[in-house]
Amino acid sequence: MENNAKFLTETALRISGVNPRKCMKCGKCSATCPNYDKMEYHPHQFVTMVDRGQIEKLMESDSIYMCLSCMACVQRCPRGVEPGKLVEAVRLMKIRQQGMDHKGPRDIPPMVDEKVPQQLLMAAMRKYRK
Amino acid sequence: MTYSYYPGCTLKDRAKELDLYARASAKALGIELKELPQWQCCGAVYPAVKDEIASRLSSVRALMDAEEGKLVTMCSACHHVIKRTNYDWNNDENFRTKATNYMKPEVPYDGSTQVIHFLELIRDEIGFDELAKRVVNPLTGRKIGAFYGCMFLRPGKALAFDDPENPTIIENFIRALGAEAVTYPYRNECCGAYVVLEDKQVAVNQVDRALHSAKAAGVEELITACPLCRYNLIENAVKETMPVHYFTELLAEALGVKEVQ
Ligand code: SF4
Ligand code: SF4
Repeated sequence: MENNAKFLTETALRISGVNPRKCMKCGKCSATCPNYDKMEYHPHQFVTMVDRGQIEKLMESDSIYMCLSCMACVQRCPRGVEPGKLVEAVRLMKIRQQGMDHKGPRDIPPMVDEKVPQQLLMAAMRKYRK
Repeated sequence: MTYSYYPGCTLKDRAKELDLYARASAKALGIELKELPQWQCCGAVYPAVKDEIASRLSSVRALMDAEEGKLVTMCSACHHVIKRTNYDWNNDENFRTKATNYMKPEVPYDGSTQVIHFLELIRDEIGFDELAKRVVNPLTGRKIGAFYGCMFLRPGKALAFDDPENPTIIENFIRALGAEAVTYPYRNECCGAYVVLEDKQVAVNQVDRALHSAKAAGVEELITACPLCRYNLIENAVKETMPVHYFTELLAEALGVKEVQ
């Protein structure tokens, strides 16, 4: 593995606390994922790709913005791998880079109506912006 | 009994009813919810990585300020975030040490505060049987479904709220109010959450599945503790629609204190 890929992989593993080697590739995480169809890399693939050091590919994919953080995969994985935590880690690795916010406060007003709860705005800022 | 209470931002504005009906109901049940003198937004979503320290400090402060070792929450998002922060505080030494070093409190937080959702308070400290006795206006004949969503239940280890796959707490609550509790398959699935801003269709799909499943089971109205679930279930309902209330509204109604508001 080249140096940058190695660094990125180590970072993803360290901040997520996930051990992808525990995965037995049963696919239950992807089967239970409510947003499976919209994720270019499905949760089980995510786990394998992290193990193979393909973090850059994941960082470039919209999959990281499509995860609902519903924790279904985290709860239901029979091996305790917790794929959702890897998605969170890779998304943060992307948006923590300078100028890489996925959404900012200026993007929000045209997208919302007066009924939107504050909780939604806060959640979006936490998930898509650093 | 008096309990320290963390209402959260949304309950001060878009979800005012969730808070107002809760306070009125608590009073009717002989409980005082004493709002923390100072609190900050919990952040609405839990940062599920180990090196996010600052974004969890507002929860730590709320935990530290709770009196008598108990903190009552109302919004399921606040409950989720504060409960998980507390869990990680007790199970992740790195987080505990870094947060303590940063805050430098006079007395470090010892991790002992119990985070109790208002529903848990009713179940564990009052009891559903006792609640049923206090009901003056039973919701007889109403077919009510619980929408748990994600945040109450998962991850089950940290939340320890109920069985994450077969929860019963809200159904028991509904029965205590005199209504019929109808269970349906999608009651513990995601409403689409914040991804509605990224792709509205995701919320539309999630809500459609949930409402379809609820209707097929005979549900006529839903209750929730989450302002975002309620928003999505109403505003992103396309094929099916259904009334969605906060659980505290029905509680206040059954306890005969709804109009006091
Ligand atoms: S559910 Fe767990 S073990 Fe199965 S494929 Fe997903 S991560 Fe691997
Ligand atoms: S947490 Fe994300 S990846 Fe996991 S099941 Fe939910 S939406 Fe899918």
